Amino acid sequence: MSHKTLAMFDPVLVKPAIVDSFKKLNPVVQWRNPVMFVVFVGSILTTALWVQALAGQGEAPAGFILAVALWLWFTVLFANFAEALAEGRSKAQAASLRSLKKETWAKKLKGPHATAEWITVPATELRKGDLVLVHANETIPADGEVIEGVASVDESAITGESAPVIRESGGDFSAVTGGTRVLSDWIVVRVTVNPGETFVDRMIAMVESAKRQKTPNEIALTILLVALTIVFLVVTVTLLPYSMFSVDVAKAGTPVTITTLIALLVCLIPTTIAGLLSAIGVAGMSRMMQANVIATSGRAVEAAGDVDVLLLDKTGTITLGNRQASGFLPADGVREADLASAAQLASLADETPEGRSIMVLAKQKFNLRERDIQSLEAQFIHFSAQTRMSGVDVHGKQIRKGAADAIRKHVEDLGGSMPMSVLGIVEDVARRGSTPLVVSEGTKVLGVVELKDIVKGGIKERFAELRRMGIRTIMITGDNRLTAAAIAAEAGVDDFLAEATPEAKLALIRQHQSEGRLVAMTGDGTNDAPALAQADVAVAMNTGTQAAKEAGNMVDLDSNPTKLIEVVETGKQMLMTRGSLTTFSIANDVAKYFAIIPAAFVTTYPQLEALNIMHLASPASAILSAVIFNALIIMFLIPLALKGVRYRPLGAAVLLRKNLLVYGLGGLVAPFIGIKIIDLLIAGVGLA
Amino acid sequence: MSNHAWLLLGLYLVILLALVRPVGSYMADVMEGRGFAVRLGGRFESLLYRLSGIRQDEEMSWLKYALAILFFNVLGVIAVYALQRLQIWLPLNPQAMAAVTPDSSFNTGISFATNTNWQGYSGESTMSYLTQMLGLAVQNFFSAATGIVVVIALIRGFARHTAKTIGNAWVDLTRITLYVLLPISFVYAIFLVSQGAIQNFDAYKDVTTIEVTKYDNPKNGPDGQPLKDEKGNPVTEPAETQMQTLPMGPVASQEAIKMLGTNGGGFFNANSAHPYENPTPLSNFVQMLSIFLIPGALCLTFGKMVGDRRQGWAVLAAMTLMFAVMAFTAMHYEAQGNPVLSQFGIDPSAGNMEGKETRFGIADSGLFATITTLASCGAVNGMHDSFMPMGGFVPLWNMMLGEVVFGGVGSGLYGMLVFAVMAVFIAGLMIGRTPEYIGKKIEAYDMKMVSIAILVTPILVLALTAVAVMSADGIAGVANPGAHGFSEILYAFTSAANNNGSAFAGLSANTPFYNVMTAIGMWFGRFGVIVPVLALAGALAAKKRITASAGTMPTHGPLFVVLLIGTVVLVGALNYVPALALGPVIEHLTLFAH
Repeated sequence: MSHKTLAMFDPVLVKPAIVDSFKKLNPVVQWRNPVMFVVFVGSILTTALWVQALAGQGEAPAGFILAVALWLWFTVLFANFAEALAEGRSKAQAASLRSLKKETWAKKLKGPHATAEWITVPATELRKGDLVLVHANETIPADGEVIEGVASVDESAITGESAPVIRESGGDFSAVTGGTRVLSDWIVVRVTVNPGETFVDRMIAMVESAKRQKTPNEIALTILLVALTIVFLVVTVTLLPYSMFSVDVAKAGTPVTITTLIALLVCLIPTTIAGLLSAIGVAGMSRMMQANVIATSGRAVEAAGDVDVLLLDKTGTITLGNRQASGFLPADGVREADLASAAQLASLADETPEGRSIMVLAKQKFNLRERDIQSLEAQFIHFSAQTRMSGVDVHGKQIRKGAADAIRKHVEDLGGSMPMSVLGIVEDVARRGSTPLVVSEGTKVLGVVELKDIVKGGIKERFAELRRMGIRTIMITGDNRLTAAAIAAEAGVDDFLAEATPEAKLALIRQHQSEGRLVAMTGDGTNDAPALAQADVAVAMNTGTQAAKEAGNMVDLDSNPTKLIEVVETGKQMLMTRGSLTTFSIANDVAKYFAIIPAAFVTTYPQLEALNIMHLASPASAILSAVIFNALIIMFLIPLALKGVRYRPLGAAVLLRKNLLVYGLGGLVAPFIGIKIIDLLIAGVGLA
Repeated sequence: MSNHAWLLLGLYLVILLALVRPVGSYMADVMEGRGFAVRLGGRFESLLYRLSGIRQDEEMSWLKYALAILFFNVLGVIAVYALQRLQIWLPLNPQAMAAVTPDSSFNTGISFATNTNWQGYSGESTMSYLTQMLGLAVQNFFSAATGIVVVIALIRGFARHTAKTIGNAWVDLTRITLYVLLPISFVYAIFLVSQGAIQNFDAYKDVTTIEVTKYDNPKNGPDGQPLKDEKGNPVTEPAETQMQTLPMGPVASQEAIKMLGTNGGGFFNANSAHPYENPTPLSNFVQMLSIFLIPGALCLTFGKMVGDRRQGWAVLAAMTLMFAVMAFTAMHYEAQGNPVLSQFGIDPSAGNMEGKETRFGIADSGLFATITTLASCGAVNGMHDSFMPMGGFVPLWNMMLGEVVFGGVGSGLYGMLVFAVMAVFIAGLMIGRTPEYIGKKIEAYDMKMVSIAILVTPILVLALTAVAVMSADGIAGVANPGAHGFSEILYAFTSAANNNGSAFAGLSANTPFYNVMTAIGMWFGRFGVIVPVLALAGALAAKKRITASAGTMPTHGPLFVVLLIGTVVLVGALNYVPALALGPVIEHLTLFAH
């Protein structure tokens, strides 16, 4: 996916958005947003009144009615523009995704192995269960699972990550995505989706339909906005008889004009939030896309904002995936340097990060230089799942390193025995949350290398931040309780689940849910699928298995487990932006009353001039200024709607106080200033 | 404001806040079927259920509950209507009061069933003792009980989780009447008798007064409407008399529940300004206390039943703050003299004594007016029509707040909780979570019910007022010219739709037009809110209860109190500002123009 982020008002986006704003004047489109529909009808009515005034039967000067009508049309267009602009950005994203769907050809196999005969078919004809062979420099034709072979795959089109990834059959790295490219070797892929259901298809559908599905909270808010609109409709409609009655009893002035009433109505109903509501939703989905997270629904994004509990895998999320050697703990009667030397020898051919870290530590502590592998004439024993140890045979010495029980078996087979002191060390190391690696030479056990889990830098601060947001973090690990407790304390998580089995994970999620909490988790393996399905917000890693991806309601293309935190923030941002603009919109009404009410009734009751606290120039300019302010504020707030109100992890009370001050009090004060300025301009130009 | 006024307000608040806690706690026990009272009366209660075929342990869904409440109140309307129409043939009618007209009977039936107690009639010249006792006093109990059980059902909605039911309406109505309303009213009535309130079945007494009373008698036209001259002023003729008829009746027993149940329908037309209803400054003080007692205590009942007393105190704090400000405003403006009268050399330092009882004076009347209009009681001890424009604005504005600041018994709190849900919904979004209140997520269905409950009353008020000012029948009832006439009509419908029942006077409302229009306002203003509130209760009860965390918006601190006040005031202001501008605001600006 393209990561080129377009500027907010990039001409590429603005031009089609302007065209779309006019296209959206279709009543069927307007009807979808009841509040703006009222403005739309108001615009038509005032235009009709203007035509009537031109014919010489106007209730007010034609120029005034025209000005009001024009600005009401602008209000509708500005709201349309906001929506079109947000949609334009999503469409740009969808377009770049669609380019992945270029016509590809697939080598469809007739038998379930690489040597079987194959025929070339278009990718669009592949069905679930078909087998395809993909060679180097070919594009994978559809989402699927590797059943044979190993290959490096360039997934940058989806993830934006340029480093190739390894895909192989079996295990958790077997899923491949259509549209990505094999760089080396070959694989046999079993197609897992039918055409139109592929991952890319789902992403495009999601982005494009973001505007159509309202999220639960958006629906609730719309109900409130419609309710407010109804009440303001009654307020303004009843003003006509009130005004006529007042003219009757005061025997002065003329009843309020329809134009003024429509202007008042449009100013009062929450046009600001209603005009920006769908833009906020679309922009929220867009932000998720930019963070490289694909949500299956807007509902899931919204739910992310409500998360109370975060389940995080230890490995890869809280700790670096790899353990590192942190100390040499020799057995009784063995010098530490000898242990280090043996350990270094045993690790010479060990390319794993753990092996590397032993070399580094030996060099740091005892200045043991790396020895030349060739000159040693050594024979290296690689790690195997059967022996669960690795090592080297050099100068007749058998040096091995491995898990405690593996080495014990090894030395006992050779006729030696495991000293009690070493067993004690092994236990100590485990208690500290580290992994013990025992080193032996022949029948002699030299000691233990401590491999420590390294907690990721900055993760502790991240958890503290989450705690302030009111989110509990729980670490999930297969380690025993002792190890888990030590790492949990170091990383600063609130709780941990040790010796985690899929059943235990599922039970933990259910328990939290029954206590009324919303649970989020990340997962990648097939055994995570039940828990992912149970969690309220489940982010599957893109590198994960198909089962995991299907069970989750979001997929993280970067496969970065800490992304969950960003997901939560985006969810919160969406709700905050809506709430803030609603508050702002409603608070605005106070100033508009002060502008319009005196202006509307001043002919009947000149005393009402006392309420004109803004000292607006004339009744006409007062009404016009309020309408213009009401239209312009939508334009001013488009950037805020698209970017979202910034979320700060401050705790609910502080956040509320801050936002109430900015959007509540600000919403109260801003229109007084805005309307006054517009009035000065109008009066200055001499329009009214 | 005078020292007396400050002292009065301070003392009132202290005693009120001391009383609400035990009463609130007691009500929670009663409604949960616990405590000594329920143990004591359990046998009698069970007997009642057996006699009426009610299964005590059978719980109701919200819809069943709402239907039971509606059925109960329709029966009440019919009973009161029938008693008035048939009173001439029934006992306890020493003055031989004739059958009341159909439209007035209908209006009164609705009025007393909806806890509005709007009175188009005057009690001493219309109702027999039987109608007063068996019709009106009984409805005073039942309409109060209705309000309370509805809020209890709503509280259960918050307190329960994943439940299908919200209680049994019959059991709730029985308990609140039996253990709360009856015992307090009994003691209260005896206290009122000790102060001089009357309680008898005697015929009216004629007495010769010492002074000769001279007065202007308003002339009525052949249609029963007041005659007006060409300027729109009422036509009067001078008259004098030395004869006074003293009405009698079982006053004290009805007076007690009139105040305690925030009913406000006076035995006499003069209501609590009448010495037989409200004899002394002490009885006046106790009457004021009794209006707020149950509405205030229910806040704490709420806190106790949802298991977090702070929630109850927060709601009570919001109510108390708003009350204090409004009480100050009313007392302050009434203490100012009328500038028009001052021009004639009348000392303005005495304040505005027009329409006030000399027994109570300005402070006690100003405070009483604030309390009775905030609490949807509607009893009066002075004429709100004669208040200063801003003093008269306070009662009107109080009602426009939706009768949620203390409000009617039960109805005040459920109204306030509906506002709380709305406040939480908007503010909750601002902290980036799906809004929740008392552990319940606020979703689309809940917002629908909240919106209906908040919308119904303002729409009724504004629409009915519009109909009245457009029709000849509506304008005919207006006694005063100019903007004040508009205020009178607006006040009448505000009072009716908000179930307050106080009158601005000045409006001749006992006409078929106003009887029918206000009845519509009262009925839908009451049950148009109760039904969505019960639906909300049902929806809330069915939800899971969410545990509070640091990310949850706290709804017990000062910030929430401010937010709640802001929401109530803003919604009230946005709904009514244009109408107010054409009424009291114009009057004030005109009066103080120079």
